[in-house]
Amino acid sequence: MRAFDFAAPRGIAGALRLAGDGSAFLAGGTTLVDLMKLNVLAPEHVIDINRLPLRGIRLGPDGLHIGALERMDDIARHGAVAAQYPLISQALLLSASPQIRNMASIGGNLMQRTRCGYFRDMATSCNKRSPGSGCPAQTGDNRGHAVLGTSASCAATHASDVAVALVALDASVRLRGRDGERSVRLADFYLLPGDTPHVENRLRPGELITEVIVPRLQWARHSTYVKVRDRQSYEFALASAAVAVDLRGGKVRDARVAVGGVGTVPWRLPAVEAALRAGQSFERASALAAEGARPLAGNSFKVELVQRTVLRALMEVAGSR
Amino acid sequence: MTSGDLSRRRFFAQAAVASVGMTVPMSVEPGAPEADGLVEVAFTVNGKGERLRVDPRITLLDALRERLELTGTKKGCDRGQCGACTVHVDGRRVLSCLTLVATMDGKRLTTIEGLAKGDRLHPVQQAFIDCDGFQCGFCTPGQIMSAVAVLREGHAKSDEEIREAMSGNICRCGAYPNIVEAVKQARS
Repeated sequence: MRAFDFAAPRGIAGALRLAGDGSAFLAGGTTLVDLMKLNVLAPEHVIDINRLPLRGIRLGPDGLHIGALERMDDIARHGAVAAQYPLISQALLLSASPQIRNMASIGGNLMQRTRCGYFRDMATSCNKRSPGSGCPAQTGDNRGHAVLGTSASCAATHASDVAVALVALDASVRLRGRDGERSVRLADFYLLPGDTPHVENRLRPGELITEVIVPRLQWARHSTYVKVRDRQSYEFALASAAVAVDLRGGKVRDARVAVGGVGTVPWRLPAVEAALRAGQSFERASALAAEGARPLAGNSFKVELVQRTVLRALMEVAGSR
Repeated sequence: MTSGDLSRRRFFAQAAVASVGMTVPMSVEPGAPEADGLVEVAFTVNGKGERLRVDPRITLLDALRERLELTGTKKGCDRGQCGACTVHVDGRRVLSCLTLVATMDGKRLTTIEGLAKGDRLHPVQQAFIDCDGFQCGFCTPGQIMSAVAVLREGHAKSDEEIREAMSGNICRCGAYPNIVEAVKQARS
């Protein structure tokens, strides 16, 4: 691990004054310390933000507010989250291990880096880690890689489960920098790799995620997160689906659908949602889940897998129709 | 240490002073860097107060093993995947290999050495022996620290729930069935 300076400021303003190029905020450390050990990340300044007042889970009239430092397990087991937004709770509980869920913050979860083996291996090239060096995944080991939102430069899968549920729910992140505060929809926060896979989101240098805001959605109570993976537990998704269904009088009035494990960013599926609103069968609607997919040699199985994952999630929430 | 390191550290120390708005020594702010880049941390381990000056790169795992000579906590993968390094921080199970010891100021830590009361084993330790919940024993301290937490968390109601709650602890010998038995014995 490369040398760095360490500070643990008590206030947000103090933390922001220390932040800038070459700095990294440290919350749970489950991504940052891991990647610093691999020399994939080598910040010169590490700012421990765990003393900052960014805690609290509150369900208000406008929706759910989650402080950026709240830990994954605490959010998952919060009564209001589990009751009103089961898909958030389930996505969190299906993530990582209990130890990691005790450590990892929601802000850090949203900022976690891809698990692409080439990104994590300093001995190989990677456009995300070292812009312009090439993408071995295009022709190499790409079984776990994305089929949606890829480019010739990068096919790395976005690793977060809860981000998939949050994108389905139209959540926003509150960002604070030295120049002030702003909110960005999570769906707009993440950027497709295109020719610049090293630019992953709209966060500016020195800017900090302070809060996650999930709009109120009564029928989010009828929701689920289905995760398909190689092992029963403690594994990243091959395909996952976050689904909420507004079922009234036996009819689907509205639906939210997003998928993970298959996209370079958490992937909302407006075409599937529209088909469901139009009264199409779950089977026909879920067949649209892989629209635009560009599989690589090793991951073409994900096209059918993601369709079936969406179908299973819809059936779990609303039965067979 | 290179001159680049020095200047970087000086920059950061000055910035830290600016952040608290006064020109007093760094020690007013726990975890703040000293002039040599080392960080002073104070915490308790198994009820005993400890104070260390550490390079901020040092993980809690290495500090426990190398500085405090508490070698019961094991280094397996050293990258957050195996659970052998599981300890409790303020009563919660975490991975000491992904925790920088510099962040531990003011914390209350428990390691495998802190479970027994004198010669009397913790009920979970006794259950692992009674149920033969290990073979080589390398993962066992982490398994036991997790199992103690699982029981406290109340996630041991069924075999399935125990397996899921213990899934962050890998056992290469494959002693899983007996580990589940041990958690069940300790539960009752």
